[in-house]
Amino acid sequence: MRFERREHRPLALVILTPLLAVAAAMALSGLLIAAAGAPVLEAYWRILVGAFGSRLSATETLTRATPLMLTGLAAAVAFRARVWNIGGEGQFYLGAIAVAAVGSRLLADAPGFLSIPLLLVTGAVAGMILLIVPLWLRLKFSVDEVVTSLLLNFVAVLVVSMLIDGPLKDPLAFGWPQSQAVPDAAMLPKLVARSRLHWGVGIALGLAFVVHFVQSRTVFGLKSRAAGLSPEGAIFAGVPLARTLLLVACLSGGLAGLAGAVEVMGVKGYVTTDLSPGFGYSGIVVAMLAGLHPLGVVLAALFTATMFVGADGMSRALKIPTYIADVTVALSLITMLVAVFFAQYRIRR
Amino acid sequence: MTETVLEIDRVSKSFGDNKANDAISMTLARGEIVALLGENGAGKTTLMSILFGHYVPDEGHIHVFGAELPPGRPRAAIHAGIGMVHQHFSLASNLTVLENVMTGTETLWSWRSETGRARAKLTSLAERFGLAVDPDARLGDLSVGEQQRVEILKALYNDARILILDEPTAVLTNLEAETLFVTLKEMARQGLSLIFISHKLDEVMAAADRVVVLRGGKVVAERRAADTSKAELAELMVGHRVARPVREAHERGASVLEAAAVSVRIDGVDRLKDVSFRLHAGEVLGIIGVSGNGQAALARMVSGTLARSSGDILLYGEAIGDLSVAGAIAAGIGRVPEDRTRDGAIGEMAVWENVVLERIDEPRFSRRGFVDRKASIAFTEAIISGFDVRGGGPLTRTRLLSGGNMQKLILGRNLADRPRILIAAQPARGLDEGAVAAVHARILDARKAGTAVLLISEDLDEVIGLADRIQAIVGGRLSAPVSTDEVDARALGLMMAGAWKKEAA
Ligand SMILES: Nc1ncnc2c1ncn2[C@@H]1O[C@H](COP(=O)(O)OP(=O)(O)OP(=O)(O)O)[C@@H](O)[C@H]1O
Ligand SMILES: [Mg+2]
Repeated sequence: MRFERREHRPLALVILTPLLAVAAAMALSGLLIAAAGAPVLEAYWRILVGAFGSRLSATETLTRATPLMLTGLAAAVAFRARVWNIGGEGQFYLGAIAVAAVGSRLLADAPGFLSIPLLLVTGAVAGMILLIVPLWLRLKFSVDEVVTSLLLNFVAVLVVSMLIDGPLKDPLAFGWPQSQAVPDAAMLPKLVARSRLHWGVGIALGLAFVVHFVQSRTVFGLKSRAAGLSPEGAIFAGVPLARTLLLVACLSGGLAGLAGAVEVMGVKGYVTTDLSPGFGYSGIVVAMLAGLHPLGVVLAALFTATMFVGADGMSRALKIPTYIADVTVALSLITMLVAVFFAQYRIRR
Repeated sequence: MTETVLEIDRVSKSFGDNKANDAISMTLARGEIVALLGENGAGKTTLMSILFGHYVPDEGHIHVFGAELPPGRPRAAIHAGIGMVHQHFSLASNLTVLENVMTGTETLWSWRSETGRARAKLTSLAERFGLAVDPDARLGDLSVGEQQRVEILKALYNDARILILDEPTAVLTNLEAETLFVTLKEMARQGLSLIFISHKLDEVMAAADRVVVLRGGKVVAERRAADTSKAELAELMVGHRVARPVREAHERGASVLEAAAVSVRIDGVDRLKDVSFRLHAGEVLGIIGVSGNGQAALARMVSGTLARSSGDILLYGEAIGDLSVAGAIAAGIGRVPEDRTRDGAIGEMAVWENVVLERIDEPRFSRRGFVDRKASIAFTEAIISGFDVRGGGPLTRTRLLSGGNMQKLILGRNLADRPRILIAAQPARGLDEGAVAAVHARILDARKAGTAVLLISEDLDEVIGLADRIQAIVGGRLSAPVSTDEVDARALGLMMAGAWKKEAA
């Protein structure tokens, strides 16, 4: 048996690949559920019910998917241009804390129509800055941004915990390390009353389309792809390599920072060190599941959120651990990578 | 009768609707050198890739030393005694020669490394065939010719008895090519069998015992080298008579690009020293020299990807400091780079994207930052038909074009706009006879229309055929120009050897 690279990939295959991958992952984690002594089909049913069974759970799933879409887009945009941004988590937190700081101080009395856009931009800019540093190090000193962007995650989280235990600490939080809150006027309006679902999901969806459009139709999209695929070829064609990659970094870091901003302004209003259950890292998984396609990111984020939210319901009903959700998401990443391989190659004999 | 070592029997392979190999049959005898000839895209590389197990044929069989070769298994091919020297070497530049030769053969389960034995085998092979290389040299430090020697040694190390070379001389200097053929003949004398692909008819006539000609995926002719001629082979390949175009006398115009005592230093090494030339509208200035003497730096400097350290560059009479890529394109300089797969095109992008990438900011290809796909594709289609690029359309991934067709695409992209200046580094490298004639005609047309052409080439025939004036490049220095009509090949040979340097000193 050997593999031969497929040169023509039928569209059906491109669409089927992730679906088959997810199905395979479900089948595999089904084995684990069975091993835990629970009925497999019912477990999956419970996940679906847990994620979409009621108005509350459905809005919860969408709320959870929102930051994942944004961090997923951040990773997808960067990876397309071969900028290995592993720092989504740090950019998320820096965006969040910047919003809390500016929102609770400078814009405390501003009306919503002013403070909301300003704060969203603030979060995005904070995320950008955190990615520009590693990219600059790569361009200037050829330092691998995989390492630097990853390590900056820890720096960012530590800075956040210092700030929320120090200058930004909320004096009314009974000593809990928690930042001051942004004013109510600066909170994103709810999309569905009496739920946590906010307008952030609309922002994320809109941005997915914008990113798709930018990548497929604009000069910048073409140049950034060239820069990612072949630096030598891009330079020869006059693509300003450093500037193009810097713009990519701004877009990617900005999206991850925006995820943090939206999470603060949409859900909690303030920052704690458990604001993100790893949204930045999960964004990488989401991007890979989506095959780095911006519209695919939306679906992959929904899938991931469904698994996480639904697993709670399943675990309550069947008394099996919620870790099943982690395992399924991780398994689907692996099956996706295998499926992508098979979609690109064909087996001969 | 001599023993048949390889028998290809009605092998076919299609890519989509494209029949790259159509029932090809050929044989190879012990101790024989066969040249495989054919137009760009005729299917030569495809056939050799099938032989080596990279592709699975749709139909047909291959027998090696009488046994059927299982299709699509490189390991089986190596085991059967087939060795392949790819045009783009598949060696690791950070390993030593010895390590490169050993990788792939060493079993993972061996108790100790077999370095000692490997070294002995490598040295004895190198001696036997006159392929001198230092086993401990890092591959990245070797010249292209030496790297190719390592590829050959690697095949021999794996006990190859049939050696396949895909356009081995395309990347070599003339001198290196001559050495290579001495080696190949020695290998044949010692009982190995060889197939090599080439577009250079001189070397085919000189080195091959037999010639097989492919056209459109089919074998159209087979000749003993002794019974044929260059002219016949060229005609068999293309299907009609080909003649290189003749340069007609032509009035040249004003100086458009001038270098005055330009030097370029990279990492403390002088790549160009006090280089001066003056390029006029409507003339071809040929720069000849053995490759590795500064041609690359010169080409890059005038293409805008290399900054000079001292001296002046004058564009249309004005000193401009360094040329940038954007500046060069804006000034109407067309650029054909020497390395088409690295600089000239991005393999994973579509053909149309490669065509418009360097001019995407112009209003005809984009408006307010949005790509005009329709216009870009229409422009690409015009180039594809105008320059006879075969094997794909605007949406094809560029990597899938055959080597020669990719070169035609790059030329087309630069000539389509009637550039005021054309920098052409080895423009005919890897092209078949017909395509060379077509490219030469295009360059002469451009000259007639007033384009100033800087032709950097190692091919004396090409330079004599196209250039009005010639300068030699030796060790990063340029000779004074001579008029092509006033020198002969011998004088040019002396120039390339640097004879003028002594006079000057
Ligand atoms: N992997 C592939 N997928 C699709 N088409 C291919 C592939 N490889 C080659 N082709 C097509 O098959 C034809 C034969 O290509 P091949 O590379 O064998 O030509 P060649 O004779 O080696 O030409 P050249 O002299 O230009 O190198 C071309 O039309 C080429 O575009
Ligand atoms: Mg070829």
